[in-house]
Amino acid sequence: MKLIYEISSKGRGGVRIPEDRISEHDIISENLLRATPAELPEVSESEVVRHYTKLSRRNYSVDTHFYPLGSCTMKHNPRACEAAASLPDLCETHPLWPQLRHGGLLTQGSLQILYSLERMLSEITGLAEFTLQPMAGSHGELTAVMMMAAYHRDRGNKKTHIIIPDSAHGTNPASAALGGYAVVTIPSDASGDMDIELFKKALNNETAGVMLTLPSTLGVFNPRVKEIIKAVHEVDGLMYYDGANFNAIMGRIKPGELGFDLCHLNLHKSFSTPHGGGGPGTGPVGVCEKLRPYLPISRVAKTKDGTYTLDYDFPKSIGYIAPFYGNFAILVRAYAYLLMLGRDGLRATSDRAVLNANYVQEKLRPYFAAVTKGRCMHECVFSGKTLGEGVHTLDLAKALLDRGYHAPTIYFPLNVPEAIMIEPTETETRETLDAFCKDMIEIFELSKTDPDAVHAAPVTTPVGRLDEVAAAKNMELVYQAP
Amino acid sequence: MAVSPFACTSPDDEKAMLASIGAKTFDDLFAHIPAEFQSNDFNLPEGLSEMEMMQHIRAVARKNSSDLTNFCGAGFYDHFIPAAVNSLTSRGEFFTAYTPYQPEAAQGTLQAMFEYQTAIARLTNMEVSNSSLYDGGTALFEGMMMALRITKRNRVLVDEGVSPIYRTMLRSYTRNLKIEYREVSMSGGVADRAAFAKQLDSTVGAVLLQNPNFFGCLDDLTDLIAQTHSAGAIAVVSAYPISLGIVKTPGEMDADIVTGDGQSLGLPLSFGGPYLGFMATKKKYVRNMPGRIVGATKDGQGRRGFVLTLQAREQHIRREKAASNICTNMQLCALRSVVYLSLLGKHGFADVARQCMDRAGYAWTRLKSIKGVEPLYDRPFFNEFALKLPKDAGEVVSDLISEGIAAGFPAGRYYTGMENVLLCAFTEKRTKMEIDILAAKLESVL
Repeated sequence: MKLIYEISSKGRGGVRIPEDRISEHDIISENLLRATPAELPEVSESEVVRHYTKLSRRNYSVDTHFYPLGSCTMKHNPRACEAAASLPDLCETHPLWPQLRHGGLLTQGSLQILYSLERMLSEITGLAEFTLQPMAGSHGELTAVMMMAAYHRDRGNKKTHIIIPDSAHGTNPASAALGGYAVVTIPSDASGDMDIELFKKALNNETAGVMLTLPSTLGVFNPRVKEIIKAVHEVDGLMYYDGANFNAIMGRIKPGELGFDLCHLNLHKSFSTPHGGGGPGTGPVGVCEKLRPYLPISRVAKTKDGTYTLDYDFPKSIGYIAPFYGNFAILVRAYAYLLMLGRDGLRATSDRAVLNANYVQEKLRPYFAAVTKGRCMHECVFSGKTLGEGVHTLDLAKALLDRGYHAPTIYFPLNVPEAIMIEPTETETRETLDAFCKDMIEIFELSKTDPDAVHAAPVTTPVGRLDEVAAAKNMELVYQAP
Repeated sequence: MAVSPFACTSPDDEKAMLASIGAKTFDDLFAHIPAEFQSNDFNLPEGLSEMEMMQHIRAVARKNSSDLTNFCGAGFYDHFIPAAVNSLTSRGEFFTAYTPYQPEAAQGTLQAMFEYQTAIARLTNMEVSNSSLYDGGTALFEGMMMALRITKRNRVLVDEGVSPIYRTMLRSYTRNLKIEYREVSMSGGVADRAAFAKQLDSTVGAVLLQNPNFFGCLDDLTDLIAQTHSAGAIAVVSAYPISLGIVKTPGEMDADIVTGDGQSLGLPLSFGGPYLGFMATKKKYVRNMPGRIVGATKDGQGRRGFVLTLQAREQHIRREKAASNICTNMQLCALRSVVYLSLLGKHGFADVARQCMDRAGYAWTRLKSIKGVEPLYDRPFFNEFALKLPKDAGEVVSDLISEGIAAGFPAGRYYTGMENVLLCAFTEKRTKMEIDILAAKLESVL
């Protein structure tokens, strides 16, 4: 398909901008102007609309396809949340208004939403207070690591490293490093949990904290989590809960009550804000009582007279980590979603996410090597080692595309060879899950009888398998007109 | 039994599905988790229907006043957004997809990212762009870290004209790292050449600049960037993308890394986000660039397609040794930008920039003629400038808010000794009449 630049035609224009001039002010001098206009496309509105509509149809999405991408929680995005976030009173407020004197009165609605959402997230996680500022999950991790560092500095602790299991998302070690810590990686044991003996060996007085995903990226709930937390607290370390998999335990388990000191939540996962093709995400961070002083500024507060205000006077705070108050329009969506779920809906949601994953796990267990013998949580992980000779998980993924499914997450977690990670979410029907499992089994069988057919996939997508090596070698990263 | 409002299974389905996995109740699914880990005490309201939820949110939203005439910018601007931007980017095929891990099933997203990268490179006059970062502030931080990786040095010099909102972020982020972070005072409203010359030595890895700067002043940074290069350092320039429709680009000044906030490119102000950070650089530095990058390639039949490329830089492969901890980009916001830029096109985009400058030019003449009002700096500007008032600017803003006008941003919030300074911004949306009213009201409260 052509690029928007390739359908550009000299002299064509899209949206008209008024041409009136009201100024007699001299145009700035030549040396401060660009030499030639930026070569943006010259296209009519109808061409732009057709081009991007056509492009949209070259995507698989939750709206159009089952999308069991493990660890990403690709659930349905209720349209009411979109409608709430699009209200002009919410979209058209300038973030600096509440920082003007008496400006807080102009944005009471927005501040109330932030305050209410913070309280709800605190209640759901059992933590004392939240910051909504982090703009993605990984940004939340970094914010949390910065708070760990501030805590230890304040206490005069000499801490050098953070402990992370090898099954963690790559963002955990990367965030720890950006927070100034070395990373100690602990291998997983046979059940997929962090090896507790190796963990205990690595833990010492220089351990700043441990970052744990629960349930783990294998979809398994670590039954010894309290033992780990106790040991970490004994060396004045901090326990960090990575909320990537929170969709498994909402309304049942509060990380704060288990003893976690900090946690981030991915609102674009558990709380149903759209993934947007890869962002914007949002990763609010909650902390326990003793870490409150270190939260980023500003903080939203409710005054005695019931109005909302921004507070800045927290001398121990890590400071500013975002320009304003987070991805507000995303936060509104999560707030709307939580209002509709309510107390009982929250638990009912996780219950069904876990049911769907176990249902798929048991249906596929006879064919693929499940990593767990028992129950999984909200996702199930298999190894594709049982596929026919020479057929790999990648081939299975491509064959699924041909059958109208987005592929599961593959080759992650890294500690499972040929990993296939399936997260159905609660927003799928039994019929969809049945059909998906049937197709998985058919591909499994095809991999034994006709491996070439599986290797050839995908054939129904707009393009076939793409040459990624050539992409990295040629580095054609922007369009060059011929 | 409790209902999950968006789940899709019926009670009969659930009964059958539970039975098929050897469970009777939902609680059985969690039986392997010790009971003392579980909580029954959730102090949350009952779920609302869609209608009730919307009624509630509407009532809360009405407590905002969004109908102010806005002259407050400070890096975040109230620009016109053509209707087709919302219409196209609210297509579910775009916004309910995720990161293009399966490129064959994500050519829509990938091609749009490639088009976005091209647009950013052309706006900034740089060779390559990534497919977006979180916002302008974190993008500047990432640009700084990238410069330090390239030079293997640890000192940073930051011009005080760089947005103080971003500088507060940089100070937080550098606190735990072995980085020597230093801010350099301005001179006459622009970067102080002599002060930079004094401090630019072989230990400096990154020089951080902004054009137009926080006070709206335009500068040709070519000489300072050349000076940066002769010290072996990397020049990072934060830019306001709408200004690039007309003003000299960081690429034309030989900047090495260009960052900025893409909010003005078709994104609503939305009380602070989501926005998008952009980043462009020279091709030779691309392997040090953070964030997702899309590249063109071919399939087995020779058809052009697009993939995420140069992934060896990223956290999911490099873990603690990655170029950055960043995982997602701001894809949907980047899509908004490229649709916005395509709709305006080559000429429309330059027209928007000219309109902004025109409005600001008119206001400049009008406002500085008010008795007691003086320009803070008498320098060329794009769409924003700073005025010295005869009284506290915060008070003036407060007075005008009750008249339905956000008159500007008081610089004293971030700069000491600037209590009387008001920063006023003008976009293509502001009319002559609105500016006349601003002038009259301002005059009446001074």
